[in-house]
Amino acid sequence: MIRWLIALDSVVRRDTLRFFKQTSRLVSAIVRPALWLLVFAAGFQNVLGVSITPPYETYIPYDVYMAPGLLGMVLLFQGMQSSLSLVFDREVGLLRLLLTSPFPRAYLLFVKLIAGTILGVLQAIVFLGVARLAGVDIPNSAFMTVIPALVIGGFTLASLGLLLSVYVKRLENYAGAMNFVIFPSFFFSTALYPLWKIAESGALWIVYIAQLNPFTSVVEMIRFAMYGQIDLRSVLITFFVGTVAFMIAARGYDPQRGVLGRKSQE
Amino acid sequence: MTVALSIDRLVKRYGKLTALNEISFSVEAGQVTALLGPNGAGKTTLFQILTGLFVADSGQVSILGIDIAKDPVAALKQLGIVFQQSALDPDLTAHQNLIFHGGLHGLARKDATARADKWLQTFGLSDVSKKPCRQLSGGMKRRVELARALMTDPALLLLDEPTQGLDPKSRKELVETVFALARDRGLSVVWATHLVGEVVNADTIIVLDHGHIVGKGTSPELLIQTKANSLEDAFLALTEQRHEGHAA
Repeated sequence: MIRWLIALDSVVRRDTLRFFKQTSRLVSAIVRPALWLLVFAAGFQNVLGVSITPPYETYIPYDVYMAPGLLGMVLLFQGMQSSLSLVFDREVGLLRLLLTSPFPRAYLLFVKLIAGTILGVLQAIVFLGVARLAGVDIPNSAFMTVIPALVIGGFTLASLGLLLSVYVKRLENYAGAMNFVIFPSFFFSTALYPLWKIAESGALWIVYIAQLNPFTSVVEMIRFAMYGQIDLRSVLITFFVGTVAFMIAARGYDPQRGVLGRKSQE
Repeated sequence: MTVALSIDRLVKRYGKLTALNEISFSVEAGQVTALLGPNGAGKTTLFQILTGLFVADSGQVSILGIDIAKDPVAALKQLGIVFQQSALDPDLTAHQNLIFHGGLHGLARKDATARADKWLQTFGLSDVSKKPCRQLSGGMKRRVELARALMTDPALLLLDEPTQGLDPKSRKELVETVFALARDRGLSVVWATHLVGEVVNADTIIVLDHGHIVGKGTSPELLIQTKANSLEDAFLALTEQRHEGHAA
């Protein structure tokens, strides 16, 4: 058991070390959502009236509504970054080193997910602090109550990233793939507007897509968790999607059944 | 004598191409076995199977009696691997790369640090151990990878064209180092290469071509077998013989 924890610790340490060595990644992880919060939310503050819908008990400013979506955005980018890190590892040969370690392959992939999740949660908490400093009305308790939701959301988005890494083999193809995943996920969700608001505008097709989008569940799970509440439906959907994505990805990395095993000497 | 590696009737196909066709051989403990073959002979495919990255279509691979298909985790514990292409994190230092690898083998940090220090010193890398690997020369990187492969005390060292990209001096040093390790520590080594000069002194040379074993023995035995004057001529004779057979 200790061996397993040592392997986990080793992967987490290495990914953390790499993260802190990449200054631009560190800065952009916080600046990106902060810009959305400061610029986008400020611009729309008075344009969008967000009425009382759970978990909110009163009328709220737009930046308060947007904060959970931006936490989700932090996790989404980190999930894609974990995936990018796997593609990078494949290009520099480190993936082979990881997969030839004396542990079950699914466990080795799982520890990569845990490393990505930890980094995502840390960035999200730092962003929450930045949002609070920027004047967003976030309850003190949110810093604690949101953590389990960030962990589940981070795990799910990292799993989706892992799944993406099975099929995207080269770094140069990755930017396109990331844009194809990140922006639709973010815009077709409840990150920026509540669904009723979109429905009111008549764009029902967006509502349907957003309802099917797992990122919507991640955002709603975080939104409720910030107020100490559990949106069970969102939690279950998020967890289910994360588990299924991980299982498919693990199968993809299986030399007997996956795409890696079928490819000749890459 | 203990058998470090046993391969029995191994077959691997990629569609219509048969990369390995009923390959069988064994490696005795403490011996250096060279896997000599031209490009496309199937050496890398064989390595991918030995390291669990690929699964054979049929046949059996046992490492110290452990069937890699049945218990890959136990089998992988016995291996030290140097891949054909460099597999170092360029942003981490040589020392950090070794510690990371130690962790992946379940070595506690203190133990991994001690082993990393020892092996980096053995390979004359102590002075550069704190430099990011991207700043190291090709020869240094290869030595870091060798140190990394040895830090877990493997029973069997697998080297897939380990001198690729090295200058003649670094190549010579690496060859001498590995043979000395095998001699002094009783380490079993499988060395895949297409460079005949590297493996003249191997205990056994297996010549592989188009997925078939076309020759096997010590250097003198291969010379007698092919009536050649040098191992290079013997190698060419064995591989050309097969090509002629194909053409006919």
